[in-house]
Amino acid sequence: MRRRLRGIRPGLVVAWTVIAVVIAWAIVPWLFTGQDPLAGVPAEKLQAPSGAHLFGTDAIGRDLFTRVVHGAVHSLSGAFVAVTVGLVGGTLLGVLAGSLGGAVDAVVMRLVDVLLAIPGLLLALSIIILLGFGTVNAAIAVGVGSVAAFARLSRSEVVRVRQADYVEAAFGSGARLHAVLFRHVLPNSLTAVVGLAALQFGTAILAISTLGFLGYGAPPPTPEWGLLIAEGRNYVATSWWLTVLPGLVVVAVVLSANRISHALGRTR
Amino acid sequence: MTATAPLLSIEHLDVGYRTRDGVRPVVHDVSLDVQPGEVVALVGESGSGKTTTSSAVLGLLPEGGRALGGAIRLSGTDIAGWSDRRLESVRGARIGYIPQDPVSSLNPVRPIGVQLAETFRIHGRGDRRSIRGRVLELLERVGLDDPALRAKQYPHELSGGMRQRVLIANAVALSPELVIADEPTSALDVTVQRRILDLIDELRREHGTAVLLVTHDLGVAAERAERIVVMQHGRIVEQGATEAVLDAPGESYTRRLLADAPGLAEHAFRHPRPPLFLRDPGVAAAENPFVLEASGLVKEFSLGRRRPAFRAVDDVSFQVLRGTTHAIVGESGSGKTTTARIIARFAAPDAGAVSLGGADATALAGSAKREFRRRVQLVYQNPFASLDPRQTVAEIISEPLRNFGVGDRATRAATARRLIDRVALPADVAGRRPAELSGGQRQRVAIARALAPEPELVILDEAVSALDVTVQARILELLEQLQDELGLSYLFISHDLAVVARISHSVSVMRRGRIVEQGATEQVFRAPQHAYTRELLDAVPRRAAVAAVATPAPSAPAVPPAVPTGKALA
Repeated sequence: MRRRLRGIRPGLVVAWTVIAVVIAWAIVPWLFTGQDPLAGVPAEKLQAPSGAHLFGTDAIGRDLFTRVVHGAVHSLSGAFVAVTVGLVGGTLLGVLAGSLGGAVDAVVMRLVDVLLAIPGLLLALSIIILLGFGTVNAAIAVGVGSVAAFARLSRSEVVRVRQADYVEAAFGSGARLHAVLFRHVLPNSLTAVVGLAALQFGTAILAISTLGFLGYGAPPPTPEWGLLIAEGRNYVATSWWLTVLPGLVVVAVVLSANRISHALGRTR
Repeated sequence: MTATAPLLSIEHLDVGYRTRDGVRPVVHDVSLDVQPGEVVALVGESGSGKTTTSSAVLGLLPEGGRALGGAIRLSGTDIAGWSDRRLESVRGARIGYIPQDPVSSLNPVRPIGVQLAETFRIHGRGDRRSIRGRVLELLERVGLDDPALRAKQYPHELSGGMRQRVLIANAVALSPELVIADEPTSALDVTVQRRILDLIDELRREHGTAVLLVTHDLGVAAERAERIVVMQHGRIVEQGATEAVLDAPGESYTRRLLADAPGLAEHAFRHPRPPLFLRDPGVAAAENPFVLEASGLVKEFSLGRRRPAFRAVDDVSFQVLRGTTHAIVGESGSGKTTTARIIARFAAPDAGAVSLGGADATALAGSAKREFRRRVQLVYQNPFASLDPRQTVAEIISEPLRNFGVGDRATRAATARRLIDRVALPADVAGRRPAELSGGQRQRVAIARALAPEPELVILDEAVSALDVTVQARILELLEQLQDELGLSYLFISHDLAVVARISHSVSVMRRGRIVEQGATEQVFRAPQHAYTRELLDAVPRRAAVAAVATPAPSAPAVPPAVPTGKALA
């Protein structure tokens, strides 16, 4: 038993615990708090953190902890959509460019370069203005911003694997291009991409919160994390918990996602 | 031996590695002496503990490794328990080290002159100006032309042999009493190997340096060492004067090493089998005797716009007789691998023609090319790179069948099992992945995959060069056996003449893209016509008096001529 415990890295355990708790918040928020995230008790407004209100209350007396718990589903699903958009779109482009090479490679990668040249926030804001406001649209906007990173990584992995002897050996044993791609190139190049996806998950939560903070994400009174921080901004001087505590939750989740992504990258 | 105190004396040394399950010993009770000025060879296959022993002397064991017991005496002083800091005064100054891999052992971002000067600086020998002079002197002494230019060059600008010379210069910079050379020539061509070993010999004679030569090749040991220490499974199985060990090996393991060393054992040259006499002479005469004919192959690589193209393959023609092995030998850069890739249709020739079984196969594309690949299979040099790490052995072997749509899942699995048995692997490897297999086992898997589509010609591109001599000998035996039983034809690409002499029926010697000599192996090797062939032959490490080898050469099993030659794999 002790030997098994020695192999466990405590940092990673904490990271997984944080992510598990946040996912549980998103799925079964009522297990963590019995209060309503939207309706407030005006008499209890702007109370400091206490036993009754773990994270304190906001300007109209809503329990902040309840709002953070109920906000998890918005932030997590948003991050999930964003990573999926980036992963699928980027990997598709990268694998296409890496495996076909030549003109396709040149055109696709120049497009990706253009995407990289636009500042991420500006790109996301432009896409939201095109698609309209809302949680899902904000997520898609963030996802499009990460397409470039996924495309570049998956292309470089595909190019590396394509030069391996076993890929040539597969062609030598009569395989066609699509068979080699699906049987050899993809399975051997996706590990790094999965690591990047975990990293992007943290980044996406941050980006979605940023958009929420700027007012381009979910509309109030949705308890989305970025929006919570934005609403607390007016009370920074008097009620620090309104910005600091949701902010710490975001930081913890992002750091945990990074730690897990690091571990995924190392075990390959 | 002389009565003087030994320079290096290892006494009952045990080395172990700390693992999760406690300390795992890997070297047991090793005792050996090196006298001043003596060359001692430490011989064994990979995993025998020879490198661990030599690293222990330098105090350079990998993470977790340490000497558990015994003594390492350098001129009488026990250095086994010394700290890293104390050992620094010994490493480089009193014991020099020549590593195995010249490619990864030099810092790629610093000129070699700076790297050599560092050795002097660390040990505080001389000021800036005198160090520069000594670096140039060293580079000249290890036989590099134009030392002033070389000192300014970066490692990637030098060839493998030149880089090894730089490492030797580094090892002998401070005139150590002992040099430990860990497989100093394993990564090099035979001719380069010979020159490097000559250089070590020369430096030893000039300065009276003792050498501990770690090698898996008994041929190298026999040629260069005064005493041989044979190791297996972390223990010394036999040691003694070279002559005594070679002439009267006491242990069966030593005898096996002797038989496996391609340069030492005398193998009978192979001859094509006589045609079957029970056949209609008319039919036999009408049949094309050659499985492969290449004529006038040319391949050029562009070096840039203004410069003339580089001819990697220049007017190469040869034939492979059905059921025989044709070898192409040459140093690296001679164009032999490019030739093999043209034959396997991984590269297109700029001129010339390839015909397989009488049908032209030069300009195949699309489905014709796939059909062609069913008949010609390639086995790669590096079995660590040529197998997909994510597939199981059974999946790897049955892949060609899947690609060509042969049989259903069950029959393909049955074929894979039969082929695993065919290449003498245990049946339980079917479900394992390449990472769980040894180098020799992986190469067997690669051979099984090549056999799966029942090809007419198998191209073996340096297929045994990355393997230990003992493993190499087993793979060569397997190849011979498969050829006899299945009537396969091989195109065998190698830089190692001793291996070629053993496996091939006919041979082409390539140099700078051209074939300089070709013919029956026996004829070419017994009476080489071209100076380059003679040079290659001389470079094969062997004892001075080859004829005196007393070991009974295990002669190739005589095959009765009536064995059917059909390539019935079923």
